Amino acid sequence: MNSTTALFYVFSAVLLLAAFRVITARSTVHSALFLVLSFFSASCIWMLLKAEFLAITLVLVYVGAVMVLFLFVVMMLDINTDSLREGFYKHLPLAGTIGALIALEMALVLMRGFQLQAPAPTAKAVELGNTKLLGIEVYTQYLYPLQLAAVLLLVAIVAAIALTLRARKDSKHMNPSEQVRAKKADRVRLVKLAPTIEAASIPVDTPPAAPAQGGKA
Amino acid sequence: MANITLGHFLTLGGILFALSVIGIFLNRRNLIVLLMAIELMLLAVNLNFVAFSHYLPMEADRMGGQVFVFFILTVAAAESAIGLAILVVLFRNRASINVEELDELKG
Repeated sequence: MNSTTALFYVFSAVLLLAAFRVITARSTVHSALFLVLSFFSASCIWMLLKAEFLAITLVLVYVGAVMVLFLFVVMMLDINTDSLREGFYKHLPLAGTIGALIALEMALVLMRGFQLQAPAPTAKAVELGNTKLLGIEVYTQYLYPLQLAAVLLLVAIVAAIALTLRARKDSKHMNPSEQVRAKKADRVRLVKLAPTIEAASIPVDTPPAAPAQGGKA
Repeated sequence: MANITLGHFLTLGGILFALSVIGIFLNRRNLIVLLMAIELMLLAVNLNFVAFSHYLPMEADRMGGQVFVFFILTVAAAESAIGLAILVVLFRNRASINVEELDELKG
């Protein structure tokens, strides 16, 4: 039993334990944190498979971005966890049975059918290393899918912002482009009005004929 | 069994996948945990891809499996970002993320 084998079993145990806790943890924050742990162990297992670039990417992209997003959302939303866990134990026997069956069947097939040993690395792989090989593949053979992936990420950004953006009704912000484009005619309206003639104040004790001449004052 | 074979990694991926299926059964009501279970499933699939790419190198130095994992990571990141955005909008409108209460489309 060499050190790689021992490491494989250690990382697998941590990964499965963390995954188990993800689905059974009482609090959603704990679930998210255990998911971080399982991603981290998976990244260690990928290191054993000599996929260094992807292992680092998994930690950076998932632990660094996606899981922080998860934690952010979990902490932002005020969720009543207890009402969401109703029926947890009711479904436990059925779910456990089905899951155990799936795992058992897969293990039976996979352990027997794939007794492969790792091949010796080719000379090119030794010379260039995993990251460079992957880069060559991505930027030559898979260039078009790479562009598509970039467009997909852009679409995701736009979609996520468009979904969560809301115009606040109580905000008093100005729109500079609207302000610049405003013409005089939009703001000032000149209205022709007939001159109003001020009615003369009528002294009570003057005779009614007098205001007709003095009213123009 | 001195050395670990491809079967070990595939079995690990299978157990991980089964665990996330159980998680979807158990946490049917909590949308966030459902999303996390889907992430676990993707991780299991990615593990298979990486294992195959290590144990079955195709002609020359093709790394199709790892390139595929690269793209799955991209799509999964986009998926979870949009999923969480929808979740936030949903919570704003309904003040709940209970899947049982989201039955407005029922005829």
